[in-house]
Amino acid sequence: MDKVMEYIWAFAVGGALCVIAQILIDKTKLTPARILVLYVVAGVALTGVGLYGKLVDFAGAGATVPLTGFGYSLANGVKKAIGERGLIGALTGGLTATSAGIAAAICFGWLVAVCFKGKPKG
Amino acid sequence: MEMDDKTYKKYAEKRAKKSNLAADCAKAFFVGGLICCIGQAAGDIYKALGIGEENVKALIPVTLVFIAALLTGLNVFDNIAKFAGAGTLVPITGFANAVVSPALDTKAEGFILGVGAKIFTIAGPVILYGTLASVIYGVVYYIAGRIF
Repeated sequence: MDKVMEYIWAFAVGGALCVIAQILIDKTKLTPARILVLYVVAGVALTGVGLYGKLVDFAGAGATVPLTGFGYSLANGVKKAIGERGLIGALTGGLTATSAGIAAAICFGWLVAVCFKGKPKG
Repeated sequence: MEMDDKTYKKYAEKRAKKSNLAADCAKAFFVGGLICCIGQAAGDIYKALGIGEENVKALIPVTLVFIAALLTGLNVFDNIAKFAGAGTLVPITGFANAVVSPALDTKAEGFILGVGAKIFTIAGPVILYGTLASVIYGVVYYIAGRIF
């Protein structure tokens, strides 16, 4: 039953984060690129004030999979690195914690670009 | 209630906009929630395989990025995104699609200034402002730790 609740929370929180973005897209002139930037920065800020970690605790992937979770990983990585190595951790922690996702996106992106046929512009 | 054409048109537009927003939100909620559950399930599978927690944390985004990249290449992602709107944009799948899609479409411009440069069209700003925000947070966190 606990397992079921985990999935329900992941679904509800993940879905709700998408709904907020959908309202922003429909009601404002924010482009998808701006939404993504906004979400990452919001994730960093909410983690900084200690709120996002609590959301991750009960929503799991529902909080880490949306792009705010990318910001959460950045901020958490920085915090951890500062604890281990001091101020230099502010520079090393973020990209270290998110390196797998970024490297995967770049490498898979390049591979897909090589292997598949794109739609030419216009 | 009597309405002239103009008022009616305005009224209809308002209604259409409202129902569109509700429908858009429902679709975004459903697809976005589903993608997060796929991430949760992937994590559970990796844990069951005996993979350590730190690696599971890294493997969940990698898995979703891989699926999104592949679906973008197969030209399927765009169709799902048209239906789901923010439901596919907000999860890390949207980030992956934003990396793969411009890379794929600029192949004709060459592998350096086409694919190589355009792969960062959207990923660039996301990584830039995300990193910038995290460094600022880190400095504040460090200073606050020294003072208190």
